Amino acid sequence: MAATAQEIAAAIAAGQRRAVDVLDEHLAAIGARDGELHAFNLVTTEHARADAEAVDRGERPGPLAGVPVALKDNLCTRGIPTTCSSRILEGWRPPYDATVVTRLRDAGAVLVGKTNLDEFAMGSSTENSAFGATRNPHDVTRVPGGSSGGSAAAVAAGFAPVALGSDTGGSIRQPAALCGVVGVKPTYGAVSRYGLIAFASSLDQIGPFTTTVADAALVLEVIAGHDPMDSTSIDGPAPSLLEVLDHGVDGLRVGVVRELLGEGIAPDVRARTEAAAEALAAAGAKVDEASVPAAIYGLSAYYLIAPSEASSNLARYDGVRYGLRVDAANTAEMNTATRTAGFGPEVKRRIMLGTYALSSGYYDAYYGKAQRVRTLIIRDFQAAYEQFDVLLSPTSPTTAFELGAKTADPLSMYMNDVCTIPSNLSGDPAMSVPYGAGADGLPVGVQVMAPALGEPVMFRVAAALERSLA
Amino acid sequence: MSEGMRNGWELVVGLEVHCELATQTKIFCGCRNVFGAPPNTNICPVCLGLPGSLPVLNEEAVHLAMRLGMALGCSVEPSIFHRKNYFYPDMPKDYQVSQYDQPINVDGSIELADGSVVGIERAHLEEDTGKSTHVGGGGRINEAERSLVDYNRAGVPLVEIVSRPDITSAEQAKAYVNELRAILLATGASDAKMEEGSMRVDANVSVRRRGEPLGTRCEIKNLNSVRSLVRAIEYEAERQIDVLQAGERIVQETRHWDEAGGRTRPGRSKEEAEDYRYFPEPDLVPVEPDDAWRQRVRDELPLLPAARRARLATAVPATAGVALVVERGLDDLVLDAIAAGGDPGRLLTHAEHNVLEAGALTAESFAALSRMEVDGALTATQAKTVLAELVLTGGDPAAIAATHGFEALDESYLATTLDAIIAENPEAFEKLKAGDGKVIGFFTGQVMKATQGKADGKRVAALLQEKAKS
Amino acid sequence: MPEITRDDVAHVARLARLSLTEEELDLFTGQLAAVLDHARDVEALDVADVAPTAHPLPLRNVLRADVPGPSLDRDEVLAAAPAVEDDRFAVPPVLGEEP
Repeated sequence: MAATAQEIAAAIAAGQRRAVDVLDEHLAAIGARDGELHAFNLVTTEHARADAEAVDRGERPGPLAGVPVALKDNLCTRGIPTTCSSRILEGWRPPYDATVVTRLRDAGAVLVGKTNLDEFAMGSSTENSAFGATRNPHDVTRVPGGSSGGSAAAVAAGFAPVALGSDTGGSIRQPAALCGVVGVKPTYGAVSRYGLIAFASSLDQIGPFTTTVADAALVLEVIAGHDPMDSTSIDGPAPSLLEVLDHGVDGLRVGVVRELLGEGIAPDVRARTEAAAEALAAAGAKVDEASVPAAIYGLSAYYLIAPSEASSNLARYDGVRYGLRVDAANTAEMNTATRTAGFGPEVKRRIMLGTYALSSGYYDAYYGKAQRVRTLIIRDFQAAYEQFDVLLSPTSPTTAFELGAKTADPLSMYMNDVCTIPSNLSGDPAMSVPYGAGADGLPVGVQVMAPALGEPVMFRVAAALERSLA
Repeated sequence: MSEGMRNGWELVVGLEVHCELATQTKIFCGCRNVFGAPPNTNICPVCLGLPGSLPVLNEEAVHLAMRLGMALGCSVEPSIFHRKNYFYPDMPKDYQVSQYDQPINVDGSIELADGSVVGIERAHLEEDTGKSTHVGGGGRINEAERSLVDYNRAGVPLVEIVSRPDITSAEQAKAYVNELRAILLATGASDAKMEEGSMRVDANVSVRRRGEPLGTRCEIKNLNSVRSLVRAIEYEAERQIDVLQAGERIVQETRHWDEAGGRTRPGRSKEEAEDYRYFPEPDLVPVEPDDAWRQRVRDELPLLPAARRARLATAVPATAGVALVVERGLDDLVLDAIAAGGDPGRLLTHAEHNVLEAGALTAESFAALSRMEVDGALTATQAKTVLAELVLTGGDPAAIAATHGFEALDESYLATTLDAIIAENPEAFEKLKAGDGKVIGFFTGQVMKATQGKADGKRVAALLQEKAKS
Repeated sequence: MPEITRDDVAHVARLARLSLTEEELDLFTGQLAAVLDHARDVEALDVADVAPTAHPLPLRNVLRADVPGPSLDRDEVLAAAPAVEDDRFAVPPVLGEEP
């Protein structure tokens, strides 16, 4: 295993290693294997070298000084192409940095590149990228999961100890599980969305991929905290997580969600989830079965709400101000020609689904109903959290599947997110922790969920799971 | 009823007025809200709708909207923003953020100068669009070769004030717009300049036979002045009556006022009915002003035009001119001058006819001037001259009168002069004694000649009558 | 919930400014119908008395002070535009008025 972010930062801070050497090692790893994996859309070698040299001159101190970080290519980086893996944004260079990018830079991080994703973060396999699929470092015939598959693969392959992704229905946690790394979706509003290119605004959250729970805590402490540029940002400081990691789980109440262990969950994944529950019990937690009855409706609600918001968020790609334009006789036809050429089929599907769900006559039956179901899910989670400090479930129903296995059947692809979607709808934090391998030897992730702003207790449990494998 | 309305027909008009709020910055970003800046200089990621940007609501826009709402007698409600989705190149996100079913202000009214009352349905917040210039084809939108878009105006805060269909004549519509403008200016909510587009009026016009239910309405756009509004309503009413009298039906549509042609024309018909797919804007949170905030706004509320008219009317002998004086903002000056011992009638007359704006005129000097007139120290003509100078440069009216040689003609001097003229014209004086009033003019003329016009004609006439009787 | 038809899909494609081939229309109609059919499981839920959640956070009155901030450099912005004329974004003729 390559060095962790904590190890790198400590070694550089102590003068034992130079940031440029750390960068070169990672660039070498990328050079050796990214041709095969395609984790990156762009490797920003020159920018990264300048940043690393500045660290070595002592100009960029901070908790992540000299740590290579990869960014999902839907996070805006000033002057650096940001594509969302879409033809419609190909070549666009944002004139501003996302808030998380500014915070990472201010913490001394060295940004090594932009990672591949399902176009506009719509997908669960990173096969929906306009620039080609990313492959799973554990088995290149398999998908890395998605939509943040590039970020998950980059961390799993040792291209960077840290990557950021975005999670709308599981897009951090599911690829983290499939690639065997840690992935966190923080509480909605804990991390600023300013500069994250929106998919579904009421669900999107940015979070880290790392190889250890402690690294995830370190990164979250850097990127979380109030941002006046995001109206939905929680008004408070970032949580203190590193200090609670060794607090143990003695006496914590852990609920294993019955509804997320049922039909559709592969037996080996279920077995690993049960093993995780047993490990926590062995560490002193009180483990019991929990019920979140409305969670089973999460997928239905999600596939009405997220496309609805997306249909509006993606209207702006019209060929007028930036990105692709396909010329036509008038502006309406130019809009249509541009969007038809610029968006891939999954994006079109979701735009149409959302347009339909919001359209006159159908709003109440679809979008309106989904919003009410969302309320039910929130209520059921609240009730469960009265009995439990955290909830446990599989992250993904299966281990990594083969490329192409689900591309023809959107619904079967959507089913990948059945365990992760409920926390997006409720806005609560959830994370995936690697917990051994399935029958095929591929990684399995276990999901730890907590109530809003419950990151400290969630990280305590995640750290305990990590320790139980050591 | 408009005078032009044909027998048996009634006009029904409701107005939708968009006003740009007089804030320093735009509604959702820190770009400046100014008119006439070079194109595309007041733009940022937010108002340009760049991917990843997020809106944050301007407190002052809410504050001004509340102040306007209270001035319109509206109830200030908890409100939220929706997205109104449609494609148009003026609109950077291809949706407009606007208040929909939960607007900030509802249920108010405006009392016009003639005492009639027009109901206000709502006054809600929204963002303005950019501005297109149509190039080629003589600048007409439908014949242009291309359009050029400037987004400086995009995101300027607007309040849309929707009246109830209570307006029954073009003149009343004009009075409504004038009154609304006065309220906007009094509250400081907007500079309300129709010529600069900071106040834009659309009219919903229908006609019906007296006593029948409301007819089908047409929305008239492109009204760039109050004069256009009046002409367009009168034209449209006649057109609709013609259509109905010909046994045809009114088609509900948007029509455009053609100023040069003096007529309304149908807009280009769309292929499909608009479907705006409104849904709650997920990037913004609800606005719920607390009691303290409401009270603060209420405390700041200035005296409004209707109350000012009522106040002035009780202080002066005649009501004619009151509305105009209030409209010019001279009512405080008149009232202060009355309080300083001025003559109410003369002050009102001067404010109505001889003062366009107060300039350097103070209440004290205005009062003193009116007293000099009453005392006969100045003629009406002289007073006008002195007043003009008081407005321009200020100062003491007596001193100004002196520099013009308007020194007071004391009564004995006037009597002596008159006696001399009577002595020179005994026949004429005999005619006067015999009751021939026509000679008064002759004597007055002679006195004016002898005094270089400084005598008060009325006083001369009075003196003559006395002498003729004695 | 109503069944989505081929005409519905054609209609929403027009609303969303997307152009579909006949084959795509067929394919998308089937795929969207499958997703919507799955969503029918919520039909069983009685949510008439449940308030809708538009947003997971109970935040209120998030406001910014009316203080000017920096705007973008016009040349940088226009450099990203597909077509520019007279410091403005150029587009082909616009048919139909703004609603």
